[in-house]
Amino acid sequence: MVVREPFVATRNACKLCAPLGACLALRGVAGAVPFLHGSQGCATYIRRYLISHFREPVDIAVSGFSEATTVFGGCDNLRNGLNNVARQYRPELIGIATTCLPETIGEDVGFLLHEFHPEGSAPFRLVHVSTPSYRGTHVDGFHATVLALADQLDEGGPAGVGINVFPGMVSPADLRYLKEVFADFELETTLLPDYSDTLDGPQLDEYQDTPAGGTPVESVRAMGRARMSLELGRTLAETGTPASSLENRFGVARRKLGWPVGVLESDRFFAVLSELSGRPTPAKHAQERGRLVDSYVDGHKYVFGRRAVVYGEEDLVVGLTSFLAEIGVQPVLCASGGESGRFVEAVKAVAGDAAEGVVVKEGMDFTTMGEVARGLAPDFLIGSSKGYSLARELDVPLIRVGFPIHDRIGGQRILHLGYRGAQQLFDAVTNTLMARAQDSSPVGYSYL
Amino acid sequence: MSILEARKLQVYRKGAEPMKLDCNKQSVAGSVSQRACVFCGSRVVLYPIADALHVVHGPLGCASYTWDIRGALSSGPQLHRLSFSTDLREMDVIQGGEKKLAKALCQLIDLHQPKAAFVYSTCIVGVIGDDVEAVCRQVSAVKGIPVLPVHSEGFRGTKREGYRAACEALLKLVGTGSTEGIGPVSVNVLGDFNIAGEVWIIRDYFEKMGVQVVATITGDGRVDDIRRAHGAALNLVQCSGSMMHLATRLKEERGIPFKRVSYFGIEDMAQALYDTAGFFAELSPGIVERTAALVGGELAVIMPQIAQYRRKLEGRKAAVYVGGAFKAFSLVRALRQLGMDTVMVGSQTGLREDYEELRQLCDEGTIIVDDSNPLELSSFLQEKQVDLFIGGVKERPIAYKLGVGFCDHNHERKEPLAGFAGMLNFAREVYNTVASPVWKLTPRGRKRELSWS
Repeated sequence: MVVREPFVATRNACKLCAPLGACLALRGVAGAVPFLHGSQGCATYIRRYLISHFREPVDIAVSGFSEATTVFGGCDNLRNGLNNVARQYRPELIGIATTCLPETIGEDVGFLLHEFHPEGSAPFRLVHVSTPSYRGTHVDGFHATVLALADQLDEGGPAGVGINVFPGMVSPADLRYLKEVFADFELETTLLPDYSDTLDGPQLDEYQDTPAGGTPVESVRAMGRARMSLELGRTLAETGTPASSLENRFGVARRKLGWPVGVLESDRFFAVLSELSGRPTPAKHAQERGRLVDSYVDGHKYVFGRRAVVYGEEDLVVGLTSFLAEIGVQPVLCASGGESGRFVEAVKAVAGDAAEGVVVKEGMDFTTMGEVARGLAPDFLIGSSKGYSLARELDVPLIRVGFPIHDRIGGQRILHLGYRGAQQLFDAVTNTLMARAQDSSPVGYSYL
Repeated sequence: MSILEARKLQVYRKGAEPMKLDCNKQSVAGSVSQRACVFCGSRVVLYPIADALHVVHGPLGCASYTWDIRGALSSGPQLHRLSFSTDLREMDVIQGGEKKLAKALCQLIDLHQPKAAFVYSTCIVGVIGDDVEAVCRQVSAVKGIPVLPVHSEGFRGTKREGYRAACEALLKLVGTGSTEGIGPVSVNVLGDFNIAGEVWIIRDYFEKMGVQVVATITGDGRVDDIRRAHGAALNLVQCSGSMMHLATRLKEERGIPFKRVSYFGIEDMAQALYDTAGFFAELSPGIVERTAALVGGELAVIMPQIAQYRRKLEGRKAAVYVGGAFKAFSLVRALRQLGMDTVMVGSQTGLREDYEELRQLCDEGTIIVDDSNPLELSSFLQEKQVDLFIGGVKERPIAYKLGVGFCDHNHERKEPLAGFAGMLNFAREVYNTVASPVWKLTPRGRKRELSWS
């Protein structure tokens, strides 16, 4: 590797700005409209980016800063904007996320909202979150918004039997799967956020103001009365998460687990559910595990020793690393645009024997990733569609997972979690490698 | 659905009453406009210049959302398809981003050896007070290439101001190159962005007519071509919203006349070529005949096939919502060519005279709308029983969710829709969309089938 001065510019970033994560999280609350306090373009760019992945309408309102707003403050725009959203959308909740502009001019949104009185529409709730794009990534914006929802809506009360689940930035298919698993264990849960329906809905004959589905506001309010909180993500901080906030304020116990990607991480996850429910893993899931491990055996020769570049959101990369390591693939580069400071440790913790041969880097962009990857001779890339140009340049296949998938349909239907998700990942990885071997063989074998 | 009080004057239904349509103003807060911002306007216009470095100065988002965003093709360098950001952080916001910008520019220029660099200011750059002009001047002096600031802070107005800022940056380039080798029968093609290779089709027509194309601005654009664009005898301006400022300034300052043209649809495409031929008729004997032969030859190829599509599309209803109103004129005419009625038409940034022209073009009852939003658009689609909606990426899910066909006439299309061959592609895509059997399975399709049977 050429040693030289680090680049100052970010080139082909492997991250997005915090308001995007805020909008995504807010789409997971029933009857909620995401509202950006900032320039018109912020809402439009984020809508476009999310639409290209989910292929669903994503309405995001904006206060729309002008030159005058920037000089005199955005109070009027914010008030008019909220009233107009209320008139048009009849929301149950408006979630206000700030962009870099109001944060830079020092606007106190909390105070402005305190002074806000809606004009004559049905009542709705307001939640606000500070998400300037110069601080953190879209994942940080996502978590900050979930925290704001919990902090600003939750009430305490006598503890019940429910379990709060904070899944992180997973796909709609993952959310549906999680709900199924919890239901199979007969555990009463509140999943926050839940955009499994709002961002993957059916055809309609009438446009909906806000799409059906999402975590009901009432359920969010009741999270302070839960029996415990389960948060998924090995790179989550110890403090400042929704689960830790609920613990501090209402004494709701919390457990932190990695994303259940692959057999080992899923085993840990299922063990916790067993413990919480007092039931063994339901037969359906035990069988899925059985078939999964059976397929690992069937396919092990096609994948062993192959070299992978893994990139994307930190917790996704950690989960994928665990999965790849357990099937005998060597992750050679694990990269993320995120900068939690906990990524390297989390990857090493799940990589097992593969830990020695892997370069792990946070705060990486795709151009730097390419510079490093070229020297590592990877067999394939696994991550979002944004790695396509790099895969093309390296002439290796790209297995599309995570967010965003802008060059295929069905990004919202990719299942990553649990035994079922691992089955899909394993089949995708193995078949991709088999297809590559077949296509590049001069013989063209018909049995592999 | 009730239209917001503040927006009622931005929706007009063609009928007896005189047209009063409010437009060219800031979007209503909370209306969920389909518009973008000043930065977006500048970025889309300059993006296709393929041998320039495009650096977005600000926090990361604006660069990420515009990485490889347009299908603006280049016949050579691909530098425009990369995304560069100064990725400003909290400390930079406090201490200023000038040093970071200067260093980023120097590193990137050394690595990529571009012919020029554009530096886009995003919202907060205008607030934290970075002297981007000074940084650009210094880097330009050191590196010996033009380094051009683009004043595209998102809050400074609408996309229109972004177009203007882009034109201002271009004006600093035009006139700095040699005009050697440019003949009297020569044009600049302004306002085509070479989506799916469209500018190559147009260039080919002009060359067949004997017209020299000096610069294509900005589709498949090159810095050196733009620098000598002042040598052309005529500017042809498409997408008038984005390029009129450049054309007007070049007329005022350098006496280069311009013509407004469109390359979409048979009528407009032919008109563009005939107008150009007419302009050069005296200088270039036989150009009018050559043009007629070219148009005739192209039509002979496509018209029989278009007639076939027309038979199947006759009487279907279309809705159009696009960025600039000028494109809407061409689309209404092109749809009419296919036998389809446009029952709703709107744009993000149209001007009063644009909407007046649309009113004259459209049938009674047509909804004309400025700066619309998802709730309005979806209600119009339902009210007017639309079969096909034409727009950009943000409009697509509105149509699809309601079981309405959709064609992208914006950045993401992969087949050229300009020129005569493009009209045939357009007809085919419209047909393939409307004729798909999937609509029959949707709730809306089932309802319609019931009502027809």
